[in-house]
Order: sequence, then structure tokens, then C-alpha cells
Amino acid sequence: MEFAELIKTPRADNVVLHRPFHLAVEGTLCLTGHHLIFSSRRQDNAEELWLLHSNIDSIDKRFVGSLGTIVIKCKDLRIIQLDIPGMEECLNIASSIEALSTLDSVTLMYPFFYRPMFEVLEDGWSSFLLEQEFELLSSVTNEWRLSCVNKEFSVCPSYPPVVIVPKSIDDDALRKVALFRHGGRFPVLSYYHKKNGMAMLRSSQPLTGTNGRRCKEDEKLVNATLRSGRRGFVIDTRPLTVAQQARAKGGGFEQEVHYPQWRRIHKYIERFNILQESFIKLVEACNDQSHNMDRWLSKLEASNWLTHIKELLTAACLAAQCIDREGASVLVHGSEGTDSTLQVTSLAQIILDPRCRTIRGFEALIVREWLQAGHPFQQRCAQSAYSNSKQKWEAPVFLLFLECVWQIHRQFPCSFEFNEQFLIMLFEHAYASQFGTFLGNNENERAKLKLPQKTMSLWSWVNRPEELSRFQNPLYEANSLVIWPSVAPQSLQLWEGVFLRWNRPSRFLEEAEEERIHIIKYNKELQARVNTLRRRLAQLQAQDGEVQEEQ
Amino acid sequence: FHAVLLLQVENVKLLDRYANRKAASGTLYLTATHLIYVDASAEVRKETWILHHHISSVEKLPLTTAGYPLLIHCKNFHVAHFVIGQERDCHDVFTSLLKLSQPVKPEELYAFSYNPKMSKENREMGWKLIDLRLDYQRMGIPNDSWEITDLNKDYEVCSTYPPEIVVPRAATKAVVMGSSRFRSRGRIPVLSYLYKENNAALCRCSQPLAGFSARCLEDEQMLQAIREANPGCPFMYVVDTRPKLNAMANRAAGKGYENEDNYENIRFKFIGIENIHVMRSSLQKLLEVCEMKSPSMSDFLTGLENSGWLRHIKAVMDAGVFLAKAVKEERASVLVHCSDGWDRTAQVCSLASLLLDPFYRTFKGFMVLIEKEWIAMGHKFSHRCGHLDGDPKEVSPVFTQFVECVWQLMQQFPCSFEFSERFLLEIHDHVYSCQFGNFLGTCHKEREELRIFEKTHSLWPFLLQRKQELRNPLYRGFTAYKELQPNTLPFSFQFWCGMYNRFDKGMHPKQCVLDQLLGCLSQKVTLEDNASHLENKLPILDGPLPSEGCTSPKAGAAAAQAPTPPEDCAEGAAPVLSNGPSLGHQKHKESPAQPRDL
Repeated sequence: MEFAELIKTPRADNVVLHRPFHLAVEGTLCLTGHHLIFSSRRQDNAEELWLLHSNIDSIDKRFVGSLGTIVIKCKDLRIIQLDIPGMEECLNIASSIEALSTLDSVTLMYPFFYRPMFEVLEDGWSSFLLEQEFELLSSVTNEWRLSCVNKEFSVCPSYPPVVIVPKSIDDDALRKVALFRHGGRFPVLSYYHKKNGMAMLRSSQPLTGTNGRRCKEDEKLVNATLRSGRRGFVIDTRPLTVAQQARAKGGGFEQEVHYPQWRRIHKYIERFNILQESFIKLVEACNDQSHNMDRWLSKLEASNWLTHIKELLTAACLAAQCIDREGASVLVHGSEGTDSTLQVTSLAQIILDPRCRTIRGFEALIVREWLQAGHPFQQRCAQSAYSNSKQKWEAPVFLLFLECVWQIHRQFPCSFEFNEQFLIMLFEHAYASQFGTFLGNNENERAKLKLPQKTMSLWSWVNRPEELSRFQNPLYEANSLVIWPSVAPQSLQLWEGVFLRWNRPSRFLEEAEEERIHIIKYNKELQARVNTLRRRLAQLQAQDGEVQEEQ
Repeated sequence: FHAVLLLQVENVKLLDRYANRKAASGTLYLTATHLIYVDASAEVRKETWILHHHISSVEKLPLTTAGYPLLIHCKNFHVAHFVIGQERDCHDVFTSLLKLSQPVKPEELYAFSYNPKMSKENREMGWKLIDLRLDYQRMGIPNDSWEITDLNKDYEVCSTYPPEIVVPRAATKAVVMGSSRFRSRGRIPVLSYLYKENNAALCRCSQPLAGFSARCLEDEQMLQAIREANPGCPFMYVVDTRPKLNAMANRAAGKGYENEDNYENIRFKFIGIENIHVMRSSLQKLLEVCEMKSPSMSDFLTGLENSGWLRHIKAVMDAGVFLAKAVKEERASVLVHCSDGWDRTAQVCSLASLLLDPFYRTFKGFMVLIEKEWIAMGHKFSHRCGHLDGDPKEVSPVFTQFVECVWQLMQQFPCSFEFSERFLLEIHDHVYSCQFGNFLGTCHKEREELRIFEKTHSLWPFLLQRKQELRNPLYRGFTAYKELQPNTLPFSFQFWCGMYNRFDKGMHPKQCVLDQLLGCLSQKVTLEDNASHLENKLPILDGPLPSEGCTSPKAGAAAAQAPTPPEDCAEGAAPVLSNGPSLGHQKHKESPAQPRDL
């Protein structure tokens, strides 16, 4: 297919761009296969706006006489308005944008066409391999092994080719366990707590069905992670009733009789369409400026967004507590094990593992616990909060995770190497990107699409020093401790950086950030200078001493 | 100063409302001024100090297995839940606290016994620190249009105004006196702030005694004089900060609001801020929400909404923004009043001044603002804060709301205030502490009668001494921002956890950016001194310094490898971060100088 066929009017002049908190600008609008480009004609301050078509969530058009207006709502929650003279031009442009922003073939997406303008220092596609992770693990314990049982994606289509499992369980057993778990997602290692040797596993629900099927290998697998005489906890992210109902459809949960050493805790985390609705309601509330205070608060409450945040953080704290405080191993799953399960396991690691609070460690966490673990990004992030289509696969699961990280970050502002911008950047790229990282729903699909060969990795770009410097938290000081966030409602806030980002002037907050960076940077420079001088003085004094001795 | 120990009770538990940690166990002491709790179970000695004046209520709760619970609510939103072993002890503490926390006579207030060991001269200097005349001078007053008059030196114009007031030069004594008879409690229109750039003035007064038809020529002349003092604008605003219904109801009592037909070229406007009773009950509801035991998010947000608190804060802010805009953008003078002109009027005039003039966002300026718009103009601190045993219906968080509005502004403009949230909390504490004379009584006349200038200390020098810890490290200086134009959409207002859940440390961020930055700033001077000292020393030994740039990252890396950290650096190291649950400092101090001996 040629993009040109979809672009009936590639260019329109005298277009006026409206954005909140900016003066309206007149300029020229151009459409390319992947971008909407607006450039102002003003000589003094030429301005260009580049918008990826894939970033467009919805588009509305209306006409007053022959002046058409297109309102574009983006997946990053920005709303812009374009006034286009000429009804035909406007209609053409609107229909082109509509078609180009809803391409159904992945291979037509921008990452397959994007050619980077920067020198690639490190190929992000191979920056975070599970083999490296395993090497680190092997230095502290030999109870685990790397299994290639899934190298053809035949045992579990949504798992990566290699996984970490207890050493005592062989590949044949894994194949059997896979048949006993939804989608073949047998329990694998998610996190190993070096401090006390406890493990966090994740999987999908066991397929016990109504007649209470069991699988000896499954029991053996999970028990292999327990210390002798110690109990483990199964954290099921569904309420008990839902888990019980799942049995009728062949699913189920670990029954006490077969897993006597495990205590099951049901910690309900909301999923799919409920989350998507919550997201839509919240964004609606944030964008409606006609609200009075009561209406705003009641809409904020009714969106339930912060409730989901609180529940999710509570569940993550629970998992972390079981591991760190109770000294118990934990198995986390919901139904499929691709959404709420990953939210819990990854947040628990943020709480427990200082490495996950560094930039590289956080990237590794996202690769390991989201991309390789088979969170279906393409389905979940196909549409954002402005879409009208009621498809049931979209859900802001990853955004919720990022916001929870932000909430913890806010409570421990010195314990993270990255800043808020880093989290916002990940949110943007998960929904629309020039990079191939978040394309596809699992490693299997990514391999078929040959993404590593055909697209650029987000990490190749982010990890370049000039980009990294934008994402560094000046206050960071490595903190090797477990960080327990407060989940009291008073401690949680709306994530303004995402939800109010386009609805309020940002100048004063940016200046505050500049000021913070400046203070810390200057302090560090001074410190370094004093140290250098002192060393120099010591050297000179030592030389002096030698000279005197020689004399 | 040795505090007299009135009562000592052993085996008292202090419950932590939020963390499910084991309750502390220790000893409770009552002195003449404080309740002091010393936690014996902690490894480090932990003390909780509660000033008797801060206590707003003491309740005995039903007996539990642990003992006899005593619940203490404080005006600074500290809630302490003690459990006492013996009923007799519990009762003793209860009755003592009831008596101690509700003094009857002003002389019993802490300020009259507070002795920070300061010379008489210094004490007197302290009272002279804030000179309102200087502030008027800053605005260019006296000038052709405005004068400072002592017409009120014997409180003949108004008993709740200060002796010196600023009125239009064109207003004769007859006009002033006439107007005072037509304004509730004689609170005539006086200048609050003059915006020098365009001569638009912010003035304040109380409601006119207009009833349904009464008018007063002198009052009309007074407004005309105010309007004509600003020749740049043909009209002036008269703003009634009450809801229209309340103002109308007042007409039946012979009060009310200005009839636009009687006054030349005024634009009359209502801004509905609710009265003190609505505000009191709103705060009550808010505090109930803050005290809920493990509320769900929905409980909290619904409670927050139902309390109406943020709605009221927004109303005050909206009014302040309206005034500032009228003055700056429309170049119009504004006369503001509510009923008596000492609550809502004080809130919005001080807020508008703060928005218009960066001076009021400095330490000194903020003190001036409070002295001018609140203390001098007769905000009844004593009644509103319940300093003495009195009518509970007079108590209302009017000043708290103003302080919160300032905090909300700090959230939107983090670099525009010289001081931090801590300065606000400190002032808020002392409005209730009665430790200093500033906030005693209801007006200037009463403070003179109480002889507070002879017998008590002023708060401001004590706060200025602590500038280093109360300052805002992000402040960009006086000239960086002029007028502030805050966003007043509902989502711009946040719940102020640091105020209403201030003593629930578990809810606050576990690492404090403010401390971190203050640490850097205090290190800065030491480091700069060290650097220049070393630089001076080096050339003597070595000749000119090799240009090892201090911005070079290599220098930093090399420094990190230095075998032994230099002592000075360790000394000045950034504050240690406390972490999560191990966070344990519980020591709450109410006052800068504490009686140490028990």
C-alpha cells in the first residue's frame, strides 16, 4: 500500500493552530505517511510541530461556513485544534489523518520507516538479556537454572525463549506444568531477594477446573522455591468469587489440599475495561474546565483512578512484605498473568530492589517484567483516553504501573536515579513511538516481525549520554534499603505531570526544577573543587617533606 | 527558667493512629505551660510536647483493655491519643488539662510569663521591627492623594482600628467622622494597599448602615474621594465579599450594602465567601476526614468534597485574584468589605496585596502584611482562635484559610516566596500558642490595654533568627516575579497534608527535598570558604594553580577516589535521609525556646 493514496491533500496553507496556554499561530500544514507537520510562517520565531499519526487517538471535524476545524486528541492526552480554510481541504485532511492514524498493519508503522539521525552507541535490542540477569543471580545462588524449553515459543507463546526456573525442575516437567497453567504460563522466577534468599514467582492461573485437577509437577515446581519448613504466599489478584467462577471455564486457583505449604491471599486488582473507563473518566474530568470545586472532586472520585492506584500499591506492598518481612516466597498470578500480575511483581521490585530504582535497572525491569513477560502492549495501548471505539483489549495497565512508580518516587524523591520526565517519556513511547520496542504483544510476535533487525530500540536512543542527562534526578543518592510507600489517601496525588500536563502553564514548575538542579549541581562542583584542592595540597606537602628529608 | 511540675503520671501509652506499630509507653508530665510525654520504650529518648494553649479539646473515651483513653485535639491539628493505666490518674490529667487549656483571664496567657532571657532593650527593639509607616512610605504615602492621619488616636473614629489610618487627602475630618457613623462599628474606608504603578488603591471597610433606603452624604463623599485619588480610572469597584443573600438579610437589620444609585461611578459586585460559622463547620468536617482510620480513596475524596473546605479556599483565592486583576489590569481602585470587615475582608485584601507586590512574599514583607491587614486592622485573633474560655461560635479558621491560600500559591509558584511552608506553619502555630504578644486581644486598643508592648515579646525577631531553616531554597529573589496570576481552576488546589495531617509523619514523603536543598545551601558557604582558603594556601607552595576546572566531571570522579574523605566535607555532609518505617523522630516542639528542666 502506498501512503500517497491516503493523502489527498498533502499540504494546506493559512492553517491556524490552537493550543491551550499558547497564542494561536498561523502556518502551513503538511501530511506525510507518518507525520502531521505544522510550521508557522512567522519569520521571527518559526515553530514546527511534528505529530506522529500513531499518536492520534481521535479526531473531530466541524464547519463554520467554509472554514473547517479539526480537533485532534492525542494518546499523550494533548488536544490541539487546527482551523483549515476550504471545506474540501479540511475534509481531505481529516480523512487522511483518520486513515493514517488507524493503520491496521504493524509493519506499516513508523518504526519500520524511521532512520535514526544519531549514532548508535549500544544496540538496545541486546542491552537487557535474561542471560545477563541469570549471571548476576548465579553469583549469589545456584538454586536456579536458565531453561530454553520455550525457544520455539511452543510451550508458552507469550513467554520469551529463555526463562529462569528452579534448578530441580527439568524441561519435561515444565512442559507438563505449562499444560496446567492458562496460556502455558508456568511459574517462573520474577525476582530473587538476595537479602534473605526468598523468591517471587509469577504465572497464570492453574487450570484446575470444576473437578479440581491437579498437577504434581506444578506443586513440585512451586515448592522447590520454599525453604524447608517455611510457608509461601500465593497472591491472587482476583477476588475469591472471581477465582471460583473461573473454575467453570477451566481455570481456578491453588487449592490448600494440594498446596499445603502455601497460603493464598486474594488481593483484588481491577482490570481491562474497568480501568479503561476509569482512565477515560479521569481525563474527561481533567479536561473540563467548567467544573466547580465540588464537581471536580466528585468526578475525580467517581473516576476511581486513585482507588486503583491505592489498591495496586497496596498489593505490591503486600507482596514485598511477604518477601522481606515474613521471609516467605511468593507466587503472584491473576487469570492470564499478563497484566495485574506484572503490575504487582514489578512494583514489588521497585520497593525491594535498589537496582530497579536506577535508570538502567528500571529499563531492565521493564524489559524483563513487561516486554519479555508478555504484556500485550500493542493491544493495551492501541487507544488512549479519547477513543470512542469500545474494543475490550485496551487498558492503561502500564500507565497505572508508571503512575505507581511516580507515587513512590514522590515519597522517596532521593531514591530514584531517574526523574518524572523519564516516566512520562515511557508513557508516551508505549502509546506511540518511532522505536520498535513497544510494538507487538510478546517476544514471539516481535521475533516474527523481526523488530530487532528492522526497527530501532528505544533503549539505543535513551541510553545515549545526551538523552540520559535529561532524565537524571539531581537528588539521587543510592539507597540500598527497602522503601515502603504510604498508601493513605492523603499520601497519594493525582499525577499532574501526565493528566494536567496540557491544562496548566508549566513555566513556574519548570523553573523550580531548574533551580533544584542548579543548587545540587553547584554543591557537587564545590565539593569536588575542595577535594581536588585538598589532594593537591597534600601532595605538595608530601613532596615538600621528601625534599626536606633529602636535605 | 524551671517549669513547675504540676503532675506526673507513669505508664502512659501514646497510640499511633496510623502505623500499626506497638504503642509507645512512657511518662506524662504536666507543667504550667506544656504537656510533655516522654517515651520510655524507644531506644532514643523521644519527647512529645503539647502546649496547653494549643489544646482545643480533651475527651475521655470508654475504658479499653489497655486502660483509660484520653483523646487530645490541638488547634495545630495535632491529635494525641493517650491511654492511662489508672482511672484516677486519667481523671486528674483530664481536669487539669481542661483548666490549663482554657484560661479565663488574659493575664494567664503564656505570653505574660514567657521569658526568653532577653534584655529590655532587645525586647523593645523587637516590637519596633515591623513599622507600618515604612510600608506606606514604600507605596509612596503620604503623597498628593493619600495621607496618614492620626484622627483615630483616641479611637473616636473606630475603636477597632489603629490610631493611624490612611485616608484620601480629599476626605475632611467631617467626611471621615460622618462616614464612620454610617459604617458598621465605625470601620470607615481606609487604604490597604496602593499599587504605585497606576495609583489604583485597595481599600477596606465594614458594611454600610444602609438598611433599605438610608444614605450618608459623607460616606458618598468618602468613596468619591477614593475614586478621585485614582484619576486614571473613571470608576471604582465596591466589592462585598459576602454571598448576596447574606448581604440582603443584613438590610433588615439596618445594615447591608451600597446602593449603586447613591454612589457616583461605582461598580458594585458580590463575591460569595461564606461566613465564619460555615467555615468553622467546614473545617470540622475536614478534620473528621483527616482523622478517619484507614479510609478508602473514595471515603477520603467524598469526605473532602462534602467538607466544602477546598471550595471555600477557592472562593477566597478567586476573590483575591479578582481584586488584584481589577487593580492591575483595569487600573481601578477597589473598596472591599464584608460585614464587619475584619474576617473575609482581611483575607482577600492581604491575598491581593501578596499577588500584586513581591515584597509581601519576603520574610519581612509577610510579617508586615500580617501586622497590617490582620493585627492592626482588628482581626479578632483572640475570639477566632479561642485564646480564652469564651463563645465557641466566635471561633473560626479565618486566618488558617489565608495561610492555606498562601501555601496553594507556593505550589503554583515554587520560586516566588522567600520562605517555605515551615514559616507558614510556624506562624500558624504561634497564632494559637499565645507565647508572643502579637496575636493577643482583638484590636490595637485592647492590646494597649493589655500592655502587651511592655509585658510580652514580639514573635517576628524570633522567626527572623531562624531564617536559615525557614527559607525557601528555590527563591529566585525579589525581582524575579512581579504580580502572580494563579490558576484557580479546581484542579489547581491540593489537599494540604502538611497542615491538616502534619503530625502524621507516616503520610508524608519519607525523604525531604526541602531539607536536602537547605543542606546544600548551608554547605555552600563552608565549601566556598574552604575552596578560597585552600586556593590561597596553594600558590605559596606551588605557584599558580593548574586549571583543574571545577565543572569537569573528572574532578568529581577523582575526588570520589580520594582515600580519606576530608573532615570538613563529612561535617557539612547533606542531611542523612531517613528511610521508610525506620523513620522515628516524633519530637514535636511548639516553641523556639523550650523550658528544658522538668
